[in-house]
Amino acid sequence: MNNVWAVSNVVIKELYRRKDFYVLFILTGLLTGLLWSLNFFNDDRIVRYLKELCLLMIWISALVIAVVTAARQIPAEREQRTIFPLLAKPITRGEFIVGKFFGCWLATGMALVVFYLFFWIVTATRESNVPIGSYLQAIWLHWWMLGVVVALTLLGSVIFVAPSSTITIILLAVGGILIVGRHLHHAALQLPEPSQTILSVIYFLIPHLEFFDTRDLVVHDWGTISWVVCGLATLYAVAYTTLFLLAAWMIFRRKALN
Amino acid sequence: MPSPRLLLTFLLVLCFTLAVRLQLWYQNWAGNRASSASILNVIIGDSRRMFANHFFTKADAYFHSGFYPTIFDQAGAPKKLHMTETSGEPDEDEHDHAPAADKSGKKPVFTDLPGFMGAPSDWIEKFGRNFLPSEHVHLESGGGQREILPWLRISADLDPQRVETYTVAAYWLRTQMGKVDEAEQFLREGLRANPQSYEILFELGRVWEENRHETARAINLYELALKQWKNSQSGKKEPDDFLLAQITGHLATLEEQGGHLAKAIEYLELLKTVSPTPAAIQEQIVELRAKMK
Repeated sequence: MNNVWAVSNVVIKELYRRKDFYVLFILTGLLTGLLWSLNFFNDDRIVRYLKELCLLMIWISALVIAVVTAARQIPAEREQRTIFPLLAKPITRGEFIVGKFFGCWLATGMALVVFYLFFWIVTATRESNVPIGSYLQAIWLHWWMLGVVVALTLLGSVIFVAPSSTITIILLAVGGILIVGRHLHHAALQLPEPSQTILSVIYFLIPHLEFFDTRDLVVHDWGTISWVVCGLATLYAVAYTTLFLLAAWMIFRRKALN
Repeated sequence: MPSPRLLLTFLLVLCFTLAVRLQLWYQNWAGNRASSASILNVIIGDSRRMFANHFFTKADAYFHSGFYPTIFDQAGAPKKLHMTETSGEPDEDEHDHAPAADKSGKKPVFTDLPGFMGAPSDWIEKFGRNFLPSEHVHLESGGGQREILPWLRISADLDPQRVETYTVAAYWLRTQMGKVDEAEQFLREGLRANPQSYEILFELGRVWEENRHETARAINLYELALKQWKNSQSGKKEPDDFLLAQITGHLATLEEQGGHLAKAIEYLELLKTVSPTPAAIQEQIVELRAKMK
């Protein structure tokens, strides 16, 4: 466990040394500030458009931070040859992967806390009643969704050659799942065979990241969802994260490092 | 082989001549975006109308607190937007016009929504519905509807020729938010972009009749609306009879209240031609004729 923590600690430090988070946070802040300053029919209590667009920017920023951070980890260690002294110490490849995962996941979690604090401040300026429970569920589910994405990106980084290709492919895949994931089965039923079966198999295989997207509920004040449902979604995320990390470890343990 | 200098000079002259020629043509070209004062027009051109439509629909999605079909659920999408039905337009879907909020303050649930979601086809879909708005509600009256306004404003900026945006926004502004000045200002903005619009003139008339209680001005606006309706709709295969009925109905009522019974009868005669209940209108006419005697 110490080995895992040591590896993840380095990743967390790397996040706050790099400029990615700061740039995305400032960009989100500027755009939200611009939207906040807009005047619609002299009504300063209009808030839902602001919540929706601010959350959208938070989702994009968090996704970019998670994917870019995770995609660079293993290729950078190999490129700089720091992986050799690291693995020469009593640390297994499995611990290395898990350490990298926890580092990226915790780092994105920290970034997420800052983003949601900002979101809370922005909405509090327009709304007297801020639904804390709903926000906590949103951040919790969002964080677990990023856990699945980080694990998937680490798997991608041991398969694809360059971090740029990993980043592009994972961002496209995650974006695709978030936008059309839940409609795939309906789309499949309209298709002839064998496309129908292929699309249906894809539908049941992919991690349904839309489970973790409660933006509509937050924006339109629908209140909290059942905590049991929230727990089940967490278990779903744990299952996919473990699966992807296991796959990453299986590929990485047989991979030549130079 | 001519000298490179001569060739270069020739090419420069050719470029200059073409530039002078093309510049003149470009200035007069209808597709020249640079002539537009709007930055959005310069950037996205005519595709802004598509975005305007998207944002108008988005306002309706907000009206339903996010419970709305996506492009993948088009079969269940409402033919007519509910926010426009409530704002006084005809109800083609026979939609349940329940009050926007009950007295307990609880969001009323509308049970008649076209079931765009249907029954879930698998466990993933069933579980996924926990994370989406899954009840048909309308925004509460008394200010809740203000949330649709930003999207209507953006829609109007993107497509100033879309008349419905102005009338719908003005309806909510004046009836639910008490923002009569803002409603009038927005309608006048719409009228500047669509000077022939009888819909906007009619809505302006309602502002003066129902909110400012200035009958004379309202009558003037309704008459202008009627004139524009005749200019644009007469001779059409399917004229906008609903709005003609609205205009003439309001005019008849106001003229009757003002004691101008002959004029009121004149408008009722016109209303009778498009009303779904001509017998009832005829009764009204008979009553007014009796009063005149």
